[in-house]
Amino acid sequence: MHLALFLIFGALCVAGALNLLLQRHPINSALSLIVVMSSLAVLYLLLGAEFLAAAQVIVYSGAIMVLFTFVIMLLNAGREERTRGSKMAYVIGFPGAAVLLALLADIFITHSGEFHRVHAGEYVVSTAALSGVLFRDLLLPFEVTSILILIAILGAVALARKEH
Amino acid sequence: MQNHPYIWNYIPLLMQVGIVGLMTLGMVTMSWFIGRHRNLKDKLEAYECGIPAEGDARGRFSVRFYMVAMLFILFDVEAVFMIPWAVIYRRLPAITGSQLFGFWEMVVYLGFVVVGVFYVWKKGVLDWASDKADL
Amino acid sequence: METGLFTFLIVNLIKIVVVVVILLMAVAYTVLLERKLVGRIQNRWGPSRVGPFGLLQPLADGAKLFLKEDLMPFAVERPLYVLAPMIALGCALTSIAVIPFGANIQWHGVDLFQISDVSIGLLILLGITSVGVYGIALSGWSSNNKYSLLGALRASAQVISYELALGLALVGVVMRAGSLRLRDIVNVQTGHSLVAFLHWNFFGGFQFVAFFIYLMAAYAETNRAPFDLPEAESELTAGYHTEYSSMKFAMFFMAEYANMITVGCVATLLFFGGWTSPFGHFLSGSGPVSTAILSVFWFVAKVFFFLFLYIWVRGTLPRFRYDQLMGFGWTFLVPVAIANIVVTGLWMGLSLPAH
Repeated sequence: MHLALFLIFGALCVAGALNLLLQRHPINSALSLIVVMSSLAVLYLLLGAEFLAAAQVIVYSGAIMVLFTFVIMLLNAGREERTRGSKMAYVIGFPGAAVLLALLADIFITHSGEFHRVHAGEYVVSTAALSGVLFRDLLLPFEVTSILILIAILGAVALARKEH
Repeated sequence: MQNHPYIWNYIPLLMQVGIVGLMTLGMVTMSWFIGRHRNLKDKLEAYECGIPAEGDARGRFSVRFYMVAMLFILFDVEAVFMIPWAVIYRRLPAITGSQLFGFWEMVVYLGFVVVGVFYVWKKGVLDWASDKADL
Repeated sequence: METGLFTFLIVNLIKIVVVVVILLMAVAYTVLLERKLVGRIQNRWGPSRVGPFGLLQPLADGAKLFLKEDLMPFAVERPLYVLAPMIALGCALTSIAVIPFGANIQWHGVDLFQISDVSIGLLILLGITSVGVYGIALSGWSSNNKYSLLGALRASAQVISYELALGLALVGVVMRAGSLRLRDIVNVQTGHSLVAFLHWNFFGGFQFVAFFIYLMAAYAETNRAPFDLPEAESELTAGYHTEYSSMKFAMFFMAEYANMITVGCVATLLFFGGWTSPFGHFLSGSGPVSTAILSVFWFVAKVFFFLFLYIWVRGTLPRFRYDQLMGFGWTFLVPVAIANIVVTGLWMGLSLPAH
């Protein structure tokens, strides 16, 4: 059951990500990103992270992507034109991606014995357990988050200011 | 039902999403094939109360809408952080060892956010009627 | 009791189909209820010709809408134009999956009155609501019509603003219950005396401030009067569904009423004790069958009350202005919701037993 769900939603996630890259209209790309985010939420759910899954849907699919669609819809962003791609992408991008992939593969192969095998659905982290850690051991990061939000609010207001 | 792995609780939810999705798809398809189509040029133009349409509806809009979306993200993150706190609030005295520690945790957290709300308010971002806002 | 996966899937399939069909019937008859009640408020009869008391009117309307011509205007963005009503109705019908609409009665290991009993039920409801915005936003944009776009813009900005107040209003309730599971939230509110309704979050939990915030935010979420600016017919023709016809239009309509029902269910569960009897053991049933029937009865009665309230408000209050609407949400509801959290926290913190 876990495997079936993982395969379905993993495939959906990858398909959404590919579609995101291949679509020419930004709004279609944004919608594919929503599909990616939502299938990621299901994958979190499979790993037993209930709260994280819900937060993923509420914050990413619900809030951040709304801003994306707003910007795309209202700035009148049209279809993008096909270009040959920048030179930088060919010179640095592809070799860079290849190196990264090789590095990751190498680490996985050489260290595969040291990983603890975790089966999907083995651990279930309840919201209460999560908050027990968050509000005792991780209290400082939690409070700093609110300062971060405050700074972001100031930034948002500054961003929208009239130019003087 | 207790013996099932926990993911079984979510399977009906996923099934519901699937069934409802299929149903809405069926509705859209059926209505396309059931109704007859008599396409006239006037009928298929954008509706502007019978007057020929002026331009199209692709323009720019007030920056306030973006502001609302941006502020929504920030406050939504804040609200999401409050929910785990609320879940455990009853048990926090036992965890932290102090009667009101959990309360002050949230007061500090909310304090910063309230400063943010107040700032945005005074900047006139939330006042949709005035043109004096610094936008 | 252990049941096989196959049986589990089949039973759930049947349950979902039954619930969705009942929900769609309920949507149809809520429309009739609204037309009848608004008619009476405006001193006229409302539908009365099709069937006795107009009872067959929803069926006639449904059949008519299905047979209507399905327009596909020139200027629309095709895939999105079709997708938008699907998202709107899909989200509206999905949220019923986590709502428990009767006492926890197991029959061969299957919960009869809830589709999906998950431990983050409340968050799932919030998540589905936040995804529902796309139905409206995309419908307006893909129609390529000025009225639609303005309606969609107004609607999305309004929905996301009030979602904030809605989420904050729920925090107080979660604090009292200590759980996000909807059944736990209801169980906290049960009492055994004849005045069990004093245990409801509305009275006993002292969350009536949260309730009124929730109620107002919910009216704005569902784009209902007095916050129905997205479809203000005097300014925007029909708002975001101006360009839709036939079943696609009906789907937006159904989504609105299904959302009304969901919001009523959530208000019932969070503030009014869900399926429990307001009078403790009186009228709550003794055997499993009578418990089942009476718990569903109480739930439906409470939801019906909210639907009635919705329609009553629509028939009574004038529409807000847009700046009033946004100002009200951000500068009144959000601060009051935060204050409610602080007060509830202080009160609970002082009254909790010392560890």
